[in-house]
Amino acid sequence: MTEPARSTAPSNAFAGAGRLADYWATVYRRTWKGSAISSFVTPLFYVLAMGVLLGDYVTSDPAQLEGASSYLVFIAPGLLAAQAMQTVFGEVTYPVMGMIKWHKTYFGMTATPLSVREVILGHLGFVLFRVALTCGVFAIVMAPFGVYATAYGAVLAFLVQLLLGLAFATPIYAFSAGLKDESAFAIVFRLGMIPLFLFSGAFFPISNLDPWMEALAKATPLWHGVDLTRMLTLGTVDGATALVHVTYLAVLAVLGWFWAVARLTQRMSV
Amino acid sequence: MILAAGLRKSFGGFEAVRGIDVDVRRGEAFGFLGPNGAGKSSTMRMIAAVSPVSGGTLRILGLDPATDGPQIRARIGVCPQEDTLDTEISVRDNLYVYGRYFGLPRGEVRQRVDELLEFVQLTEKANAMVDDLSGGMKRRLTIARSLINRPEVLLLDEPTTGLDPQARHVVWDRLFRLKQQGVTLVLTTHYMDEAEQLADRLVVMDKGVIVAEGSPLSLIAEHSTREVAELRFGVGENEQHASKVEDLADRVEVLPDRLLLYTADGEETVAKVHERGLTPAATLVRRSTLEDVFLRLTGRTLVD
Repeated sequence: MTEPARSTAPSNAFAGAGRLADYWATVYRRTWKGSAISSFVTPLFYVLAMGVLLGDYVTSDPAQLEGASSYLVFIAPGLLAAQAMQTVFGEVTYPVMGMIKWHKTYFGMTATPLSVREVILGHLGFVLFRVALTCGVFAIVMAPFGVYATAYGAVLAFLVQLLLGLAFATPIYAFSAGLKDESAFAIVFRLGMIPLFLFSGAFFPISNLDPWMEALAKATPLWHGVDLTRMLTLGTVDGATALVHVTYLAVLAVLGWFWAVARLTQRMSV
Repeated sequence: MILAAGLRKSFGGFEAVRGIDVDVRRGEAFGFLGPNGAGKSSTMRMIAAVSPVSGGTLRILGLDPATDGPQIRARIGVCPQEDTLDTEISVRDNLYVYGRYFGLPRGEVRQRVDELLEFVQLTEKANAMVDDLSGGMKRRLTIARSLINRPEVLLLDEPTTGLDPQARHVVWDRLFRLKQQGVTLVLTTHYMDEAEQLADRLVVMDKGVIVAEGSPLSLIAEHSTREVAELRFGVGENEQHASKVEDLADRVEVLPDRLLLYTADGEETVAKVHERGLTPAATLVRRSTLEDVFLRLTGRTLVD
């Protein structure tokens, strides 16, 4: 006879977050169909409409397109990075509020040996999984359009999306975790995500902007993600600049993490 | 099992719990009784090791929640006041994913899920969505979920609030069985019948402090009389008759529709009322209940 299994406290935060894997798998099994179709179709539409059809009208000197041979090749990395950002915005706004306020799922989770940081880690793990999936599909859909200079550049560009996703996920998660009312999300999307999407270098070189707007664009995480992704897909990597991008995104992810833990801990300790 | 001394909880400037001493022993059913806002739920959340203690000491299973929260939570079960079930996944999945939070192997969790569904009579609803369950079924599911780790202590915050009488009796029956199995039960309630049904020992809380402590019977003996004679003189006349019968009881309470005479022998008191030539429209003699104690100790005024 073996000893009956006993309930235990997790040995570390990652082990604790791992215990949430079955929860997230269960939730995903219920929702994957809708998101799977849209994560394949949406990028295809974007590439066709903006890259191929609109791109047909855009004839520009490659020097003005940061070295891209066509408009399609120019915006492909921008669209990939934007996809990472949009996936994150969708996953860490309303769903986080729902698990705190509407369904109180987090309260059920933290009544077990799991603690707040493990709950956040588990949720962010799921967000990264979603980013990997949507960006992975996007990256593959774009391959036949000849947007990658090298195969390893394509793989690295994909990995950058995970870092970019995390850089967005932790601070927005923190914001959502402390929010009492969901109406602020509409502002976050309209005045946060949409302008980032349009003005962070995904669709045109930010050198086209006024100098002050260009400086502003360069301060945003999406621009760092777009520029880094584009270097990798075009094969025009500048080591020093790439390091700045990676550092910026990593620092943002880490600061956001501490903020998220503090905000959710405060929210949950009523 | 649970030991609290001078336990306090404050939110900003507001003190919800103002220094309580509690000692819950293994295998007993212990109740926190009190009106809304008495500090019961705040106390329960501290005992559940999710809400930090503001002052005093608290030990659960000999452990300090400030440092050993996860270890404590691994060994207790929590049935919160508000259901925190995941409404979008099935009954079975709710139990399954919850079991995994405790670090139990998948096979073991599956086996326990089947046992627990049986125990709370939800086997037939195993694949239903939580959204489609009645209030009583959700409560039973929450109780089943709180048992997935075979807890040594089960915390129940108002386990039957909002349920219909049938559903309440099913829940009581299940809780009674758990008690027989040796699980220590700690519950809060504002239902007197629930406290009398389930609790071996209870404390009455009001405004963040404990105002009385003991078994249901000893509380009645200590804070009320053996019987209560209820006299109904008709609307508007109860007040004026109160002074005429004052000396016949230990205590007289005037309500809009009746007088309550707290006395050792209700029949004898009613007979004496009649001897004085008073003829109430209706009389009723009953035993004192926990409700009489409760209202005596916490007053009839609404707190919120």
